[in-house]
Amino acid sequence: MKTFAQLGFPGRLVAVEGLDGSGKSTQIYLLKRWLEAEGVKVYFSEWNSSELVKSATSKGKKRELLTPTTFSLIHATDFADRYERHLLPLLRAGYVVLCDRYIFTAFARDTVRGCPPSWVRGIYNFAALPDITFFFKADLEVSLNRILDGRPKLKFFEAGMDLRLSSDPYESFRIFQGRILDQYLAMSTEFHFVTIDANQRVEAQQTTVRQLINQRIDFDSFRRHSPLPLPPPVRRGTGAFEEVEEDGGA
Amino acid sequence: MKRTRSKLVVPSASNRAFYGDGIPGVKAEELAGKLIAVEGADGSGRSTQIALLVEWLETRGHATVQVGLKRSTLVSDELNDAQNGNILSRTTLSLFYATDFADQLENVILPALKAGFIVLADRYIYTLMARDMVRGMDEAWLKNLYGVALKPDAVFYLNIEPDELVQRNLAKTATLDYWESGMDLGLSRDLYDSFLKYQGLMQNAFRRLQKTYGFTIVNGTRAVDEVNEELRNKIDAVLEGKS
Repeated sequence: MKTFAQLGFPGRLVAVEGLDGSGKSTQIYLLKRWLEAEGVKVYFSEWNSSELVKSATSKGKKRELLTPTTFSLIHATDFADRYERHLLPLLRAGYVVLCDRYIFTAFARDTVRGCPPSWVRGIYNFAALPDITFFFKADLEVSLNRILDGRPKLKFFEAGMDLRLSSDPYESFRIFQGRILDQYLAMSTEFHFVTIDANQRVEAQQTTVRQLINQRIDFDSFRRHSPLPLPPPVRRGTGAFEEVEEDGGA
Repeated sequence: MKRTRSKLVVPSASNRAFYGDGIPGVKAEELAGKLIAVEGADGSGRSTQIALLVEWLETRGHATVQVGLKRSTLVSDELNDAQNGNILSRTTLSLFYATDFADQLENVILPALKAGFIVLADRYIYTLMARDMVRGMDEAWLKNLYGVALKPDAVFYLNIEPDELVQRNLAKTATLDYWESGMDLGLSRDLYDSFLKYQGLMQNAFRRLQKTYGFTIVNGTRAVDEVNEELRNKIDAVLEGKS
């Protein structure tokens, strides 16, 4: 597998990975604001956000219809749609694309759910590797508390309840997140993750992120001459399955 | 009137296996029923043949279940919407169909086989793979993807030449389906020409897959009864463990 730069794309892809509550979404948002202010052509894409697939994913999650295999495949479909319709053309056009979660989220979650790692990796092998992957590594307790303090009602799949780890959602969530963290740590060297200490203050983390981006990306090659593209519209409706998922849903 | 024999055939045990790793937690040897797949283009007589087989099997005391493409609870509506908008790129289309397949595999096919049913699949993974191959998807990638699929006890491909298919489709609906004509491939702006070219490519892809997956190619141009008799004889052999 090669990065977009190795494949000769003029654009660059920056991904953030980490547990729910690691603060990665905040960090990539702040990175985006900075790049925009610098006049860089930037696009942001979130895990599990394809309009095309969203209603099926929500239905599957709400009705608890998903098995490890279909959970994996429906997220791969979502990813493929965003990859082929947004990421590839934008990277061809020289954008800096920021992804809140990339294929490593699938590698970690699907493996924890019991899908064979080689099968999952094989499915995603149409995707090039990010040019930079930031891994936000917080102590398990820190990320657990960030989620559990603020959002007491855990969703079924988010808490990993489908794995029958515990009948208590909080306990299940703890075990599930712990296993995902192990998967991330195991991938860290293989995929050259840039590990950020997510126990630090927001500004300290962002300083490290911006320094690295500054070293690796020459902003002059990515200046925009036309307005930023609009993100895909968020469909608002009254349908039973249209509640907006947070953090891409677990 | 001739009575159907009262002594029913209990199907012999299958040599069960998945193509790859299969479904996490599912043991192939627990699946006692039989899985029979019928492949072929629209207009090849698939549905007619399956209806006749169901009639025949049930009369002989076998419980049956039918599955087909785009029939999953999970994604069938969304897949239809997406296809109507023609906004699917090839990897997305492929994975969307794979999701639909996996959902039916886990929620219908495997439980039915566990309960000893005969499952008739109105198209299986081979149609999906052939379509993707025609669209340039990598064969090794597809093989990995469909490693979740169970090997059927019998697969029949109803083969019909494209110029006969075009006649049958027009006689039935007076038009040609956008996707069955492969219009997304840009083979021709003309629906009729595109249909012929696309179905020719599909036929080649099936021949290629046949070499790997070893299914039975059935001449679908013959009379309905004649085709059905061939299928019944072959299924009989499967049920009695002679094939």
